[in-house]
Amino acid sequence: MKYFRTHILIGINDTSKQAGVDAFIKTLRESLTAAGLQEEINILETGPLGFFGKGICLTVYPDNVNYENVKVEDVAELVDEHFLKGRPVNRLMFDAGSKFTPKFNYESRIVLRNSGIIDPESIDEYLGTGGYEAWEKALQMKPMDIVDEVKKSGLRGRGGAGFPTGLKWSFTAPIECEQKYVVVNADEGEPGTFKDRLIMEGDPHQLLEGIMICAKAVGATKAYIYIRGEYKLSINRLKKAIEQCYNYGLLGKNIFESGFDLDIDLKIGAGAYVCGEETALIESLEGNRGNPRWKPPFPGVKGLWGCPTIVNNVETLANVPYIIKHGAEGYKKFGTPDCSGTKVYTILGDVAYPGLCEIDMGTTLRTIINEYAGGMKQGFRFKAALIGGAAGVILSDRLLDVKMDLNSLNQYSAVLGSGAILVMNENTSIVDMLWSILRFFRHESCGKCAPCRNGSQQLYDLINKIKKGQGTEDDLDKLLLIAETMQQTSFCALGQSPVMPIRSALDNFRDEFLALTKK
Amino acid sequence: MAKTVNVWLDGNHIEVPETMNIIEVADKYGVHIPRLCYHPDLPPTANCGVCVVEVSGNPLPKRACCTPVAEGMKITTNSKKLRAYRKTLVEMILSNHEVVCPTCSANNKCELQTLANNLGVDPDHLPTILHKAVKDETSVSIIRDINKCIACGRCVTVCNEVQTVYALTFADRGFDSHVDTAFAGGMANSPCVNCGQCTVYCPTGALREKSEIDAVWEAILDPDKHVIVQEAPAIRVSLAEEFGMELGTVTVKKMYAALRKLGFDAVMDTNFTADLTIMEEGTEVVEKLKAGSKRPVITSCSPGWIKFMETYYPDLADCVSTAKSPMSMFGVLAKTYYAEEQKIDPAKIVTVAIMPCTAKKFEARRPELRDSGYQDTDYVLTTREFLRMVHEGGIDFKHIKEEDADENMSFYTGAGTIFGATGGVMEAAIRSAYTLVTGEELEAIDITAVRGLVGVKKATIPVPGFGDLNVAVAHGLGNARILMDEIREGLAKNGVSPYHFVEIMACPGGCVGGGGQPYGNDMAMRARRGEGLYQEDRDLPVRKSHHNPEVKRIYERFLGAPNSPLALKLLHTYYFKRSVNSGQVTEQATHKHH
Repeated sequence: MKYFRTHILIGINDTSKQAGVDAFIKTLRESLTAAGLQEEINILETGPLGFFGKGICLTVYPDNVNYENVKVEDVAELVDEHFLKGRPVNRLMFDAGSKFTPKFNYESRIVLRNSGIIDPESIDEYLGTGGYEAWEKALQMKPMDIVDEVKKSGLRGRGGAGFPTGLKWSFTAPIECEQKYVVVNADEGEPGTFKDRLIMEGDPHQLLEGIMICAKAVGATKAYIYIRGEYKLSINRLKKAIEQCYNYGLLGKNIFESGFDLDIDLKIGAGAYVCGEETALIESLEGNRGNPRWKPPFPGVKGLWGCPTIVNNVETLANVPYIIKHGAEGYKKFGTPDCSGTKVYTILGDVAYPGLCEIDMGTTLRTIINEYAGGMKQGFRFKAALIGGAAGVILSDRLLDVKMDLNSLNQYSAVLGSGAILVMNENTSIVDMLWSILRFFRHESCGKCAPCRNGSQQLYDLINKIKKGQGTEDDLDKLLLIAETMQQTSFCALGQSPVMPIRSALDNFRDEFLALTKK
Repeated sequence: MAKTVNVWLDGNHIEVPETMNIIEVADKYGVHIPRLCYHPDLPPTANCGVCVVEVSGNPLPKRACCTPVAEGMKITTNSKKLRAYRKTLVEMILSNHEVVCPTCSANNKCELQTLANNLGVDPDHLPTILHKAVKDETSVSIIRDINKCIACGRCVTVCNEVQTVYALTFADRGFDSHVDTAFAGGMANSPCVNCGQCTVYCPTGALREKSEIDAVWEAILDPDKHVIVQEAPAIRVSLAEEFGMELGTVTVKKMYAALRKLGFDAVMDTNFTADLTIMEEGTEVVEKLKAGSKRPVITSCSPGWIKFMETYYPDLADCVSTAKSPMSMFGVLAKTYYAEEQKIDPAKIVTVAIMPCTAKKFEARRPELRDSGYQDTDYVLTTREFLRMVHEGGIDFKHIKEEDADENMSFYTGAGTIFGATGGVMEAAIRSAYTLVTGEELEAIDITAVRGLVGVKKATIPVPGFGDLNVAVAHGLGNARILMDEIREGLAKNGVSPYHFVEIMACPGGCVGGGGQPYGNDMAMRARRGEGLYQEDRDLPVRKSHHNPEVKRIYERFLGAPNSPLALKLLHTYYFKRSVNSGQVTEQATHKHH
C-alpha cells in the first residue's frame, strides 16, 4: 500500500458536479504532477464532506483545512502555496472571516460516519472502516434474534411516518412462503429533502449492508432499491457497490457458505411523488401505474407480486449495520430514551450554511439552525420553518426550542417527516409558501381518489384567489374544511397531508392571510 | 367455513365471517352506508371515499368498501363528523362534474344525483373546477362524456377485470387523470367490443349508448317508409321494472301494443329468428358432429363476443358458427322474404331492432351484413332508448291493452325466448339437435345444468347414436377467456376440443344483463329477469324451435331447408382478424359458404 503525506478529499455530489468538479480534479491532478507531488499527495473523490460549503469543497488532511467554492483558476495558487509550501490559502478557506465554526460531530454520527472520509466507490475503504462486519455477524444470527435486536434498539422509520422498524420486520419474518422481498424506498421526493441521496452518494455500502441484514432477518432472497431517476450519481455508485459485493461474495448464492442467498437490483423511478408511498411504489415496481393500494393487507404480508415485502427508507436501513455491530444498547446511546438514534437533516433556506447534518434525536430546532447551519443568513431574522417537506408543518419562532424527535413534535401536531428543514426569513410570505405547497400537491396527486384529486385542485384555486387578494375570510375556513375532508376521506397519506401545512400556516400566521382577504 | 368475528355495527353486536368487508356486513344487516364507487358486483375500486366509517382505535375514518371486519371492531356509520365530511366530499365531486341533470340520460337513475340529494349537498358551496373536454363519440355504440365522469373507476374495472377487454384505463395524473382509451384514440380505435357493461355500471351519465331515437322517429313519421320492428328475447322481461311492475314480469303483449302505438308499421319478434338460428346453427353442429370434427362449434349470437373473438382468438374463428345472429337473420329476411310475401319494395323497408345490447349497433353496421342488397338492420335501439321513446310517445305502458304481433316473423317457441338468458341458446339447441341426430324427441327438456349464474357451466348430454355430447357455457368475457384458453390448449395439445358445442355470451347473465339494459342492472336483477324468461318458456305451448310453424313455413316457401344454398347466402356470415391495439380489421379470418 502506498503512503501519502497529504490527502485532498473532494466532495462529489450534484452540486459540485454542476460547479465543474471533474474539470477541477483534472487540472489539480495535472498541476500536482507538474509540481512532482503525485506520489506524495492523494486525491480522494468522496461524498459530502460534513460542512455546508458552496460549490466545490475540499478537505485537506492531516492539515484539517476546509476550502469552499474553489475554481479551476485557484488550482495554481493552492498547489503553489498550500501543497508545495504548506501555507493554507486563507481567502479560499471555508467561511473565511466568520466566527462560525461548523460542528464536525463525527463521534455522534451513524449513517454519515464515513461520508466525506472514505472513497464511496471503494469497497476496500468501507471494509477498512469495519464495514460488512455486521453482515458477517448477522449471517451467524438467528433471523428472529436480528429482528429482536432491531426492535430493542427503538429504531423507527426515517421516511416520515416513524413506524417502529423492528415491529414491521416482526410481522414478515415468521411468514412461511416461497418468496419474500426487501424493497428500499430511495424515491426521495419530499421537497427540500436530499438526505437519502447524500447517504447513498457518501456511503453506498452501508445501505447495502443494511439491506443484507434486513433480508436475512425477514427471510427475503431478493431486494430492490427503488431509486429516483434524477439521482444519477447515487445510481452509479450503488451499481458499482453492488457489483463489488458480488465480486467479494457478499451477495449471490450461498453467501459465505451460510446457505443464504440474496440478490439486489436497482429500479429507477420516473419521478412521481406518490411513488414514495410504499404501496404505490410497489405498484410502480410491478410495472403498473403508481397508484396506492389499500391497506390491509399490508405489504409486510402481501406486497410485491403478492409476496410479503418489507419496504424501508434508505436512512432507516443505513442505521441497521450499526445496531447489529454495536447492539441495541450501543445504538440507544444516541437520541432520547423514547426516540433513539440520530436523524439526518437537510437544512435549507435563509440560513448561513444550508446543507446536511446528522444529529441526535431530540436536538432543538434552535440548536440545529445555530450550531449546524451557522444561524440565519446575515441580515435576516427567523420567521418560520417548514419541517418535513410539503407534507410537513410551518412552525413559528414559538417552537424553536421544541425537541426535534417524533414524540415531542407530535405534541404540537407537528411531524419530523423526512427531516427537511426549510428556514424562512421575516420577508417571506407565508401565503406564497402555502401557495407553492398546494401547487405541489395539485401536481403530485395521483388522481386515484376523489377527495385528493378534486380537493387538491380546489385548494390550489382557493390559495390562488387568496394570494391575489380576492379571497374572503370564508375562503380560509373553506381551505381548512377541504383539507380536513381530504385528510379524513383520502385513500393514502398524500391526500391526508395538505391539512398539516394549511392548519399550521393558519394557526401561526392567520393575520398574514387576513391582511390579504377582502373585508 | 370462514372464521367469524364479533363486530359492533352502530352498537349492535353481530357475528360475521372475517372475510367480509364492512360495507358488505352493513348491507347484509340493513345499514346503508352512503357510497358512490362501490358496486356489489365489482371488486372495490376505493376511489370515491364517500363510504368512510369510524372504526374504534383508528384516528382516521376507514373506507367501508375495502376494510375487512376484525374481532372486536366497533363501527360507527353515521356521526356528525362523518356527515360533514361526506357532504363536503360530494360537494368536491360535484364541483368537477357537469351538472346538467334535467337533460342527462341518467336523470333520476344517477347515483351521484341521488347521493347529493340524500346528503343535502349545497351545489354552490364550492366553485366549479370542471375543465370541459371533448366527448368521445368515435364509437357507433357508446358515447363517453368525460365532463360527467367522476373517475370512480367502475368502467375501468368492469372492462379490465370482468370483461378482460382492456379498452379503458386511467390516463394522466392528479386532477388531470381521466378514463381514456389507449393513446387517446377513442373507443372506435380501441379493443372495445361495444359490450356496454361500462354504460351499465357507470353511476352517472358519463357513458351511454349512441342514441338512434331521432332517426327512428324520422323513419316512423315518413309515410314512404315501411318500418318494421323486432325485439330481442330479453326485452320482454326488462320493461316492467321501469313502470313499477314486478321485476322480470313478461310484458311481451304490452310491448307489441306500445310499439304499434308508437307508429311502427309491422311489429314482429326477434324470437322468431332465434328459433330459426337453432335450425341453422343446430344443423351446422350436427353436420360437424357426424363428420367427426375434433373442433367445437361456438355460438355466434352475441356481437360483443364476436368482436372479442376476432380480437383475441382469431385462430379459433373457424370454430364459431357461421350462422348470423337472430337480429341479423331478421334484418335480411325482412328485406327479402317479408318484402316478397307482402309485395313491398325492400328499398322502402326500414328495419329497427330493439336490443338489450350496445354491441348490436356495431353489428348492424358491419359491411358484410348486407346480403339483402341493403343494410340488413337499419337502426338498433337499446332497451333504455326504447323506454325513452315510450315516455316521449306518452304511452301508459302499465295499463296499455295487450296486443299480438303481426304474422310472418313473430311466432316463437320457449326455446327462442330463453336465448335471452345465459345457457338459453345451448338449451334450445340441445332440444332440437337431439331430434336432428336421433330422429326422436327429447323428453326432459329442462336442461338445468346450463342455467344459472355460475361463470362457466359444463354438462354432458348422452345422445343415442352419437354418444356423450360435451357442452360448455360461459357468460361475461372474462369467463369466455377461461373457456377459450381451455379449448385452445386442448386443440394445441392433442388436436381435440374438450367440448363439442359451446355457448358464449359477452355480458354477465346473458342478454338480460346486456349493456343496453335499464340502469341499476346488477347481477341480482339479471337473475330475476332470466327467471322471467324461463317462466315464459314453461308457459308457452311450443317449446322446441323445430316445431315453430312459421319457421316450418319459411323453409317450405322460401329457404328450402336449413343450410340450403339460399340459407347459407342469407343467414350465414364470416369473420375477421382484428388488431389488439386498435380493434381494426387486419385480415379476413374465415370465408363465406358458397
